[in-house]
Amino acid sequence: MTQKTFAGLNLEVTDEGYLVDPSKWTEEIAKEIAKEENIELTEKHFQVLKYIRENADSGLTIRKIGKSGIVDIKGFYDLFPGGPLKMSTKIAGIKKPASCV
Amino acid sequence: MKKILILGAGTGGTIMANKLRKALDRDDWDITIVDKHKTHYYQPGFLFIPFGIYNKQDVIKPKANFIPAGVNIIYSDIEKIVGEENKVLLDGGKVLNYDFLIIATGTKVDPSETPGLKEELWHKEIFDFYTIEGAVALREFFETWQGGRLVMSIAELPFKCPVAPLEFVFLADEYFTKVGIRDKVDITYVTPLPGAFTKPIATKMLGDLLKEKNINVIPDFYLESVDNKEKKIKSYDGLEIPFDVLTIVPVNKGDDMIERSGMGDDLNFIPTDKYTLRSEKFENVFVIGDASNIPTSKAGSVVHFAAEVVFDNMMCAIKGRELRAKFDGHANCYIETGFGKGSLIDFNYETEPLPGTYPLPGVGPFGLLQNTKMNHYGKVIFRWIYWHMLLKGKELPIENEMSMAGKKKS
Repeated sequence: MTQKTFAGLNLEVTDEGYLVDPSKWTEEIAKEIAKEENIELTEKHFQVLKYIRENADSGLTIRKIGKSGIVDIKGFYDLFPGGPLKMSTKIAGIKKPASCV
Repeated sequence: MKKILILGAGTGGTIMANKLRKALDRDDWDITIVDKHKTHYYQPGFLFIPFGIYNKQDVIKPKANFIPAGVNIIYSDIEKIVGEENKVLLDGGKVLNYDFLIIATGTKVDPSETPGLKEELWHKEIFDFYTIEGAVALREFFETWQGGRLVMSIAELPFKCPVAPLEFVFLADEYFTKVGIRDKVDITYVTPLPGAFTKPIATKMLGDLLKEKNINVIPDFYLESVDNKEKKIKSYDGLEIPFDVLTIVPVNKGDDMIERSGMGDDLNFIPTDKYTLRSEKFENVFVIGDASNIPTSKAGSVVHFAAEVVFDNMMCAIKGRELRAKFDGHANCYIETGFGKGSLIDFNYETEPLPGTYPLPGVGPFGLLQNTKMNHYGKVIFRWIYWHMLLKGKELPIENEMSMAGKKKS
C-alpha cells in the first residue's frame, strides 16, 4: 500500500494504483486518475463509471459491461483503450476485479 | 419419505450420490440423480487425445458403474427447476419433487457465442479439445499436418480447467519435436489474461517455461470474431492474428436449463454463497462445481474438495441447523509441461499458488511450481484414482482445506 494525492486528498492506493477505500471516490478523483492514463473523461465515461460502481460486487466482466445497455464491447474499448476493464475499474475507484482462475 | 434430488451425474453429482447414500438411512431418504447422458467422460484425459497419448476408450465408462445401489438414476433432459415449489420438471412432463436439491450440471463450451467460430472451418482447421468430438478430430488433423501457425486462443473467462490450454501448448511442443517438424510449427498462446496465468508467482514460472520452449504469448487479447476466409482471429481493439490451425477454448456457459429456470447470471452460472455453497436464492438448494459462480477454478479437484463442504452443510440443513462448513476455494492442479515432466499448483480464494512441496512439507513427493518427472507421474496415476476412488466418494490421503505447510512465501 502507498499514499497518493488526488484532488487535494491524501488517499491509500494498492501497488497497482487502485483506491483502497471506494467510498472516498469523487468525480474529481476519477478525472485525475484518468489523466494519468491519458483519458479525458466525457459524459459517456461517467455513465459507464456509474454502472461499474453500482455493480462492483457482482463479478464484473467485459462481457457484462457490453450487455449493460450503456455501451457495447467495442464502445467500451473505444472509451478505455487497451485494457478497458482494468482501466475503468481503477478510474471508478473500486477494487481490481479478480479474474477467476 | 424425504427426497434428495441431484441434477447432473458428472464428477460432483456422482460423488454426492455416493456420500449421501452411505450416510442416510434408506428407509427415510430417497435419493435420485438425473442426467441426460449415459456415458461418464474422464475430462482431464481429453487433453491427451490430440497427441495420441490416450484413445477415446481410455476416457469413457458408463455412468451407471459409479452410482451406488439404492440411488435412482433417471436419464432425461431437464426442462427446468421451479425452486418456489420444490420441484423439477423433466423433458416430457415428468415432475420430480424434492426436499433438498443439489445442482451439479457443470459448464459447457458454446462456440456459437463467437461470430465465425462454428462455421466452415469448425473441426476442419478450427478445433476445441473440451469435447470428445473436437479432441478426436484434432488428433486426425495433427497426424498428417505438415506444420505452420498453430494458434491456441481462449475466448472468455471463466473457463473450465484454466491450465489446460497451457498444457496443450507444452504437449504440442513435445509432439511436434518428436515427429521432427517443430522447426516448421510456430506456436502462439493467445489469452484475455494479462499473462500466462492470473496470479503473479505462477505467471512468472509458467511464462518462463513458455519462453524456454519457444512459445509466443499474446496477452490481453479479447476475442471478437474469427475470419474463416482470411484465417485470422480478431480482437475488439482491432488486433488480428493469422493461423493455419486454430485451437480454441470457446465461451463457457452453464446449462441452458439454468437459464430456463431463471437461476443463472449472464453466462448461466448460478449465484452461490462461496463459503456455504448454498444457492443465494433458495435455502434447500446447494450448488457444487462448475455450475456455480464461485470465484475459483472450474475443475474436478475443486469439486472433490467442495463435496466435503456440501456434504457437511447438507447434514446441518437436514437437521435444521446452521450451516457449519466453509469452503476455502481450494484447487489443486497438475500441469503437464511436456517431455515427461509436470508442475503442480495448490491454492484457494486467499492464497495464490506458491512454490514448495505437496502434500508432505519438505518431503513431497510432488513439487509445487516445480517442473519434475514425479509431478507428471502424479497426473498419470490420477486417472486410476479418479475412476476407482474419487467418484465413489472414498477418502483420499489429502486434506480438503488448503494447507500452508510445505509452501514457501518469498
